[in-house]
Amino acid sequence: MALLEVRDLRVQFETPEGVVQAVNGIDFQVESGETLAIVGESGAGKSQLVMAIMGLLAENGSASGEADFKGRDLMKMPPKELNKIRGCEIAMIFQDPMTSLNPFLTIEKQMTEVVMHHQGLRKQEARAHAVEMLRAVRIPDPEERVKQYPHEYSGGMRQRVMIAMGLLCEPDLLIADEPSTALDVTVQAQITQLVGELRDKSNMSVILITHDMAVVAEVCDRIIVMYAGEMVETGTVDDIFYRPRHPYTQGLLASVPRLDRLSDDELHAIPGNPPNLLDLPSGCRFRDRCSMAREVCFGVPPLQVQENGCMSRCFIDMNNGEFLPAESKGVEENAGEDSK
Amino acid sequence: MNSPADMQIADPQVAKTELEDPFAAAMAGQDVRGRSLWVDAWHRLLKNKAAVISGIIMFIMLLLVIVGPLLSPWEGDFTDWDNTASPPNFETGHWFGTDAVGRDILVRTLEGGRISLLVGLVATLVSLAIGVTYGAVAGYYGGFTDRIMMRMVDIIYALPFMFFVILLMVVFGRHIVLIFVAIGAVNWLDMARIVRGQTLGLKNTEFVEAAVACGVDHKAIIRRHIIPNLLGVVMVYVTLTIPQVILVESFLSFLGLGVQEPMSSWGALVNDGAQDMESAPWTLVFPATFLTVTLYCFNYIGDGMRDALDPKDRA
Amino acid sequence: MNQEGILRHSATRLLGLIPTLLVLITIAFFLIRMAPGGPFDSEKVLPPEIRANLDAKYHLDEPLMQQYFRYLGQIITLDFGPSFQYKDWTVNELIARGFPVSLTVGGLAMLLAFLVGTSIGITAALRQNTAMDYSIMGVAMLGISIPNFVVAPLLILVLAVYQGWLPAGGWDWSIQRMILPVVTLALPVIAYIARLTRGSMIEVLHSNYIRTARAKGLPGHLVIRRHALKPALLPVISFMGPATAGLITGSVVIERIYSIPGLGSYFVQGALNRDYTLVMGVVIFYGVIIILLNFIVDLLYAWMNPKIRYDEVQ
Repeated sequence: MALLEVRDLRVQFETPEGVVQAVNGIDFQVESGETLAIVGESGAGKSQLVMAIMGLLAENGSASGEADFKGRDLMKMPPKELNKIRGCEIAMIFQDPMTSLNPFLTIEKQMTEVVMHHQGLRKQEARAHAVEMLRAVRIPDPEERVKQYPHEYSGGMRQRVMIAMGLLCEPDLLIADEPSTALDVTVQAQITQLVGELRDKSNMSVILITHDMAVVAEVCDRIIVMYAGEMVETGTVDDIFYRPRHPYTQGLLASVPRLDRLSDDELHAIPGNPPNLLDLPSGCRFRDRCSMAREVCFGVPPLQVQENGCMSRCFIDMNNGEFLPAESKGVEENAGEDSK
Repeated sequence: MNSPADMQIADPQVAKTELEDPFAAAMAGQDVRGRSLWVDAWHRLLKNKAAVISGIIMFIMLLLVIVGPLLSPWEGDFTDWDNTASPPNFETGHWFGTDAVGRDILVRTLEGGRISLLVGLVATLVSLAIGVTYGAVAGYYGGFTDRIMMRMVDIIYALPFMFFVILLMVVFGRHIVLIFVAIGAVNWLDMARIVRGQTLGLKNTEFVEAAVACGVDHKAIIRRHIIPNLLGVVMVYVTLTIPQVILVESFLSFLGLGVQEPMSSWGALVNDGAQDMESAPWTLVFPATFLTVTLYCFNYIGDGMRDALDPKDRA
Repeated sequence: MNQEGILRHSATRLLGLIPTLLVLITIAFFLIRMAPGGPFDSEKVLPPEIRANLDAKYHLDEPLMQQYFRYLGQIITLDFGPSFQYKDWTVNELIARGFPVSLTVGGLAMLLAFLVGTSIGITAALRQNTAMDYSIMGVAMLGISIPNFVVAPLLILVLAVYQGWLPAGGWDWSIQRMILPVVTLALPVIAYIARLTRGSMIEVLHSNYIRTARAKGLPGHLVIRRHALKPALLPVISFMGPATAGLITGSVVIERIYSIPGLGSYFVQGALNRDYTLVMGVVIFYGVIIILLNFIVDLLYAWMNPKIRYDEVQ
């Protein structure tokens, strides 16, 4: 059984301009010890997807679908039960370390409260544990620094604290929502490596949200590519990097500078912007930006599934690169997929 | 300067959403860029029921206060000896009743409203003129000038403002023009601070920096970039200052330090009414209601405008 | 942890008070001296020799600057001189008589306003956009909009005159006679604090660190109490300074309406009778109190906010 199994997850927001469908029916699973990357541009719904799983959506947001964690559906769990899992069995690291720590409390207070609450540790034990964890994320002089306030830490250090805080209870799943995006480039790599290292030590699963393909290649096992609230392609790192099927994935990869490419190769940006979620185009959502778009793309693209778990939501046949006929239901239409 | 990209920087709302929440920005897409900040704010204001209703009530109030006394059969200082301290009565024509010397409360309330609203408006304009000039100069020139000017504001800020108004009234007598000046002269500090802060902030924004880099001269920058962007916050502030000023005037008049007989204001009428309230409560209730409704409405309009122009709090 | 920082912070702020005080005294002094007609003009015309005696007694015959520095010297020794109106009293004695009464009413009103205002503000914030929230905020807006001097007579009319539950006025240090003035004085401050608390609480609840706290699996009440309360109350703390000024001003009206022998009553009497020394004395006295309270609030704010503490040390 998978550690986390998400089925038909949908997230919508009530805004003054109308209802926005931020995540539109996503299915995926995370196996024990696996690292899953969710990639895509800003606004693709990556963050909202995991926020929904964690029960952390803004008040104007609502979610439906299932998210079975160790066989129990997080989405239908009463808040009390969910609180026993959050911060303990599932930990989360957020995008912006500068504002994600409470500026009014010392690091010690913010770290110890996690273990004191979840594991009933006493203050002394909790403190020792916090210091030990800070040392594990390589914060120098942790005995002293634990007494400090967040503003006395740099951005990278704060993110280390966030990671340490997340790992205090030895979670089975760590969700990292763009943990390095807000940091300096040199620090970015350190943070990502740190996450990878800590994962290897503990056999925990990681969901890593990022739009940095280089990071993905380094630490992940499997990749989900999201576009405008939908999953457009999924596969192993090798599949996605060496055999990208979906034009959007190809575009994403082409926009990453790579040392192993010839220098006169141009860096390609995907033209245009992601669609307005209030006013989505009919049919394929990527159509307007896709260089390969044809007449058929005005219809709803099929989700093609291969035996090895690779999927692509496109009219281009995953196996041979030919266009599928318009009325085709795809090679293996996913039964749970509703087409609207 | 009018390409969508420029507008995006000039429009604080869009800029903010983009910074804070890339998701929201993606959601909003192109159609927000097409609408101007003002049209947008206006639509939001119209959606605010409390503000719209308050606006309508204030419009009626203004009409009543201006036209009402002209239509009434009574003069404000006419004493109807046949009906002294009479309760509201439609047959005698004293709809709100009369006071102890037989003056019609309705007419006196409307005439008092003229003074109260006039003081509110004029004194606010006085404080607006002083505050905007002071704040804009300090903010625009910055550096040493700014430090000295703001230090002075800080000093004056710490003074017990109400007592100085009273002191002014005591020393220079209770003339109505003095009320405008006294209230206006001590009430400009907030305005100066806000305008200074905004100017300082605007000066450092990319679009003003760009204008400076392009060699546009100072006056043109102030006129074309700083003033339009200040307009919103100033408008909100004016709406919120008017009720404050009306309140101050009423307060003074209530203490007997404001407008003098035969002129009257709501504060003075409430004071009169409070003396006779046991025998003739209507002399208190009607002017008090008019005063309160006015303050209530102005506060709601101001609140609505702030929410409309600064969508940050719109959660 | 940084005692020294707090001390240095306090010292700088204290020094900063001096020019403020000087400006306060100077403006008050010269305003009074600019008054057309002296303090004795309202009385019957005095014989010139008596007039000269009086002027000499109050040093009104000296050059203005000399009077100014004499007054400054007096003020430094906290001596406000004799009252023009109450012939046998010094201003100090009047302040000593009136201020304890005003302080009691004002202090109780502040306490009430803080407790009630923050509680209903938080209640409204936690039930944002519900009927409860809207009604609390509607009433709060009314509280801000109705002037004290309208509320007071209405309360007297209903609770004292019609119902007879509470005395309409007067002062004997009893609880019954304190209730109406304290509540009246506190109402607009309650309303303001409630709005302020609601706004800041909502903002804090939307902040990223509250999301972190929730992601840690802390129960809701703990998230509020441990993580949201302090930052949400900071704006209320900094409002305490202006609130004090507002309470003092309000007390002038309240004391008059409820016939309370506080400092405000003396002040209004002094103002109406052109009792210059008294008026000036009270203005300076209240000015000093407001300035000092702002200073305390400032320290409190810095003490509650680790970031400021840190910046001061840097």
